[in-house]
Amino acid sequence: MKQDKYTEKLTYSVRSMEQLTAAAWSMVIECPDVAAKAQPGQFVNLLPDGNFTLRRPISICGIDREQGTLRIVFEVRGKGTAALSQLRAGDTVNMLAPLGHGFTLPAKETRAILIGGGIGTPPMLPLAQYFGANAVVISGFRNQDAVILQADFAAAGAKTILCTDDGSAGRFGLVTLPLEEEIAAQKPGLICACGPLPMLRATAAIAKAEEIPCQVSLEERMGCGIGACLVCACRTVDPDGTEQYRHVCKNGPVFNAEEVQW
Amino acid sequence: MADLSVNICGIPFKNPIIPASGVFGYGREYEQYYELSRLGGIATKGTTGTKRTGNLPPRVAETPMGMLNSVGLQNPGIDAFIANELPHLLACDTVILANIAGSTAEECAEVAAKLDKTDVHMIELNISCPNVRQGGAAFGTSCTAASQVVAAVRKATSKPLVVKLSPNVTSITEIAKAVAAEGADAVSLINTLLGMRIDLRTRRPILHNNMGGFSGPAIFPVAVRMVWQVANAVDVPVIGMGGVMSGEDAAELMMAGASAVQVGTAIVQDPYAPLRIIDELNDWLDSNHIASAAELTGSVKPW
Repeated sequence: MKQDKYTEKLTYSVRSMEQLTAAAWSMVIECPDVAAKAQPGQFVNLLPDGNFTLRRPISICGIDREQGTLRIVFEVRGKGTAALSQLRAGDTVNMLAPLGHGFTLPAKETRAILIGGGIGTPPMLPLAQYFGANAVVISGFRNQDAVILQADFAAAGAKTILCTDDGSAGRFGLVTLPLEEEIAAQKPGLICACGPLPMLRATAAIAKAEEIPCQVSLEERMGCGIGACLVCACRTVDPDGTEQYRHVCKNGPVFNAEEVQW
Repeated sequence: MADLSVNICGIPFKNPIIPASGVFGYGREYEQYYELSRLGGIATKGTTGTKRTGNLPPRVAETPMGMLNSVGLQNPGIDAFIANELPHLLACDTVILANIAGSTAEECAEVAAKLDKTDVHMIELNISCPNVRQGGAAFGTSCTAASQVVAAVRKATSKPLVVKLSPNVTSITEIAKAVAAEGADAVSLINTLLGMRIDLRTRRPILHNNMGGFSGPAIFPVAVRMVWQVANAVDVPVIGMGGVMSGEDAAELMMAGASAVQVGTAIVQDPYAPLRIIDELNDWLDSNHIASAAELTGSVKPW
């Protein structure tokens, strides 16, 4: 890694690294300046060591202001995330953070349903910690081997409902069924979701039908991460019906569901 | 401390490093990291006669030592640029190159005429965008079309006119000669190379536009070659760009014939890249006992 005064500004130390599943890793980064500012729903943009041109945007899974650390949980998807998974405690990482527009949080007493799909689950953890016992976390995974963070959600005091596509852990099927049950049991004041697009679309449709505020965290292939290069475009619709592109890195990653052109 | 100042078309630059059009927006996102006055200049996001929404995503793909993009000239249109962005940029104490594009020569001329009435320092006419169906590269890949659009824009403005050239041509020197003959005050090159990647699993091109502009360190040798060829073919100054990642890359492009250097992909990777490159260029000049950056321009000793 280059060591000049500019690169130093973006260089942070890895405090710990833990493998959660075959593909998912949890990294804690020492970054007091970033942790002091970071909000739930924001992301970090990491440049892997090696011949990589683009950074890898990863959502924030934990903010510890006392320790001055952030936690991220990511999945190895390609060569860049594979390189990041090789980092160990004491290594340094080049990070631009915190970035993006996070969740807009109502009072902690609000009943909130938090939906996570696969590697979209991690950004739900800071929300579960915020809402505590008022949160219901419904998370969906391909199968038992992909399940992550259930103990963390429980430790936050949230009610947890686990679903898998093949029924190998928790309930068999999609997250939308328990979502509808939880709404029927007691209408929440907020739904937050992050995960695959079909899951977000279905969640947004239910929220709209039930007239429940819904915030979704979106994903798109990203460039600069700060809103300048305009590559991570997301189709949105203004209240007056005007369609336009907004950008996941700056206007998002968290959008109000009704802003998104599904 | 070497003298980093350069002069292009009578416009003084405090240093030769300029964020390239497209990666830097209108500068606002970068002000949270440093003062824009530290930059030699800023080439602003390509701006057209009316607002453009840009291409469908995905708009970016990583490649070995580079990237592809297909933003498609998303911009708010020239009137919004002049009203909302230009006053702020002109207060930043750096040279502003307003990058413009259009679907027709008339649109380009109309945009240039509007800028002519402002205090913008230079106009950079993009005849080489690979990501829009009309205009863009269609102008930049034929001498006749390039001549026509430059002639139209030349009539519309007395501002120093830089014409940004496409590398996706058989002979970039012929295009450079054609635009210089029509009154271009300088040329900038290279815009991105047309490229494509395919997702093996879905058999879909990664970019929704199928093809896109290839940039980054992988294209640097092409940039050096084309800057050298063009600098030897025309009498107007050349602003070089294409995969510059370090101060040494900037020095190399200047030796090939560039009077100043634009930086694009390096900024997508690291917002501080232009400042680091300015420092590295200064350090390289100092350690090689070269008093002035301007001495580098065209100083290559070809075999």
